[in-house]
Amino acid sequence: MPKVTFIQPDGMQTVLEADTGTSVMRTAAANGVPGIVAECGGSAMCATCHVYVEDAYLDGLPEVSEVEDEMLDCTASARCANSRLSCQLNIESDIAVRIPEAQV
Amino acid sequence: MTAQPATAAVPELDLDPFSDEFLTTPYPAHEQMRETGPVFRLERYGVWGVARYDEVSRVLAAHETFVSSRGVGISDFAKEKPWRPPSLLLEADPPHHTKARHVVTQIMTPKLLRSLKDGFQQRADELIARVASRGGEIDGVADLAEAYPLEVFPDFIGLPKDGRENLLPYGSMVFNTFGPRNSHFERALERGAKAQGWIMEQCRPGAPAPDGLGAKIHAAAADAGYSAEDQAKLLRSFLSAGVDTTVHGIGNALQCLADNPEQFAALRKDPSLARAAFEETVRYSSPVQTFFRTTSKDTELSGVPLPEGSKVLMFLAAANRDPRRWENPERFDIRRKAAGHVGFGFGVHACLGQMLARLEGECFLSALARNVAGIELAGEPVQQLNNTLRGLDSLPLRLTAA
Ligand code: HEM
Repeated sequence: MPKVTFIQPDGMQTVLEADTGTSVMRTAAANGVPGIVAECGGSAMCATCHVYVEDAYLDGLPEVSEVEDEMLDCTASARCANSRLSCQLNIESDIAVRIPEAQV
Repeated sequence: MTAQPATAAVPELDLDPFSDEFLTTPYPAHEQMRETGPVFRLERYGVWGVARYDEVSRVLAAHETFVSSRGVGISDFAKEKPWRPPSLLLEADPPHHTKARHVVTQIMTPKLLRSLKDGFQQRADELIARVASRGGEIDGVADLAEAYPLEVFPDFIGLPKDGRENLLPYGSMVFNTFGPRNSHFERALERGAKAQGWIMEQCRPGAPAPDGLGAKIHAAAADAGYSAEDQAKLLRSFLSAGVDTTVHGIGNALQCLADNPEQFAALRKDPSLARAAFEETVRYSSPVQTFFRTTSKDTELSGVPLPEGSKVLMFLAAANRDPRRWENPERFDIRRKAAGHVGFGFGVHACLGQMLARLEGECFLSALARNVAGIELAGEPVQQLNNTLRGLDSLPLRLTAA
């Protein structure tokens, strides 16, 4: 099973095993990882499951769609080059993401 | 997923989910449907049903097999002419749907909604302070649940002040027509016919105020190459889906809080729970109870073979109380994590107005928490029966001003 690492703003790390094909957001929600609000439940409508993907894992991620791109312009914490919506990241292999200071 | 053998008999139920009895108190029937099996037949209408969280979610997600373009009501557009030209959003499939949806999502962004918050909050505070200070008995529906969305939503769209009384009958008609041609359907058509003329007039490009959302949708649709007729149809989706739903959401929230004083006390103590309280209302007392899909090919769901052209009724409200997914689903608990409920649908057709609905719900309930010290039933609430929606006709309340 692939491993997902969540890094909180204070540096605290949670490492979880995830089913291939489920999203990073769902993995966080199912395990009560704080800082991923995901108000809309994964429909790319709310921009509250924003994460920064650690550089080592950026290759091989699905492209940012037009809708995700527009949502990322609306995140509560600053958008960076490695910003993604975790509901749009389906897990295929190990990944590590940093959780922003604020989601709403 | 535990797949059932494909030969397992499909349970047949004699329930009528559009009867007055069912619509008045749907919960015992919801339980019966969830427990009878993952997929069942509703004999009376020759349709299939799903009422568990897992199956409802999977039908919502599999939009290529369970399509919307053949209608999200009981009627199959492949066999029957729809009563109005189909929606470019609700009753469409990708890629047409994708394009139309993008016209709206590029405008109704979380950023735009955040910019509305101060104004929406102020108007909620004014309304609730005014009604609470009046004393005596009030109607939670007419005085609050209808008054608030009918104030903020039409202004946001850019509708004229005159004629707004047409919004509720029109919405109620649209949602009734997803059901069979029963008395609710017929009466709604009669009452809605008058409203329809006004609605169509407001949807025309050029009609809404130039600084409102309506004009923005028209402009973005024109940019995307939509004809004047289709620009109007896109705005029509908002006037159909944007009012009755939030009115019922707020009315149901008031009822839940009056029924559960300890929950209202928690909200009073911490008004920042307002958004969560609205979310829990949409789970626990879902304003939109059901939608249909139609199978585009022979398929299978949880071991049950479904031939092409099958109508499948998704009981969203039953999924939102499925004990397989929720702990103590029958408990209204504003502190629970209600995210993940399917009260706003899920997937490509997930409610386009959900962030606006949440904003209205949050502003309203936070104003309630700060301006009202006590909320008490002053009589029996009257349910408004609709083939798709769940909400109240009246809710007699006594409020104590804070
Ligand atoms: C509490 C309030 C609301 C509830 C419970 C609700 C519920 C829903 C549900 C369940 C769907 C999914 C339909 C499907 O899957 O076939 C939906 C779709 C939709 N809703 Fe809402 N809604 C609400 C408020 C609003 C508001 C305020 C607006 C407009 C501003 C709106 C506009 C729409 C539109 C346009 C669609 C169609 C989206 C598509 O097919 O892509 N809704 N809504």
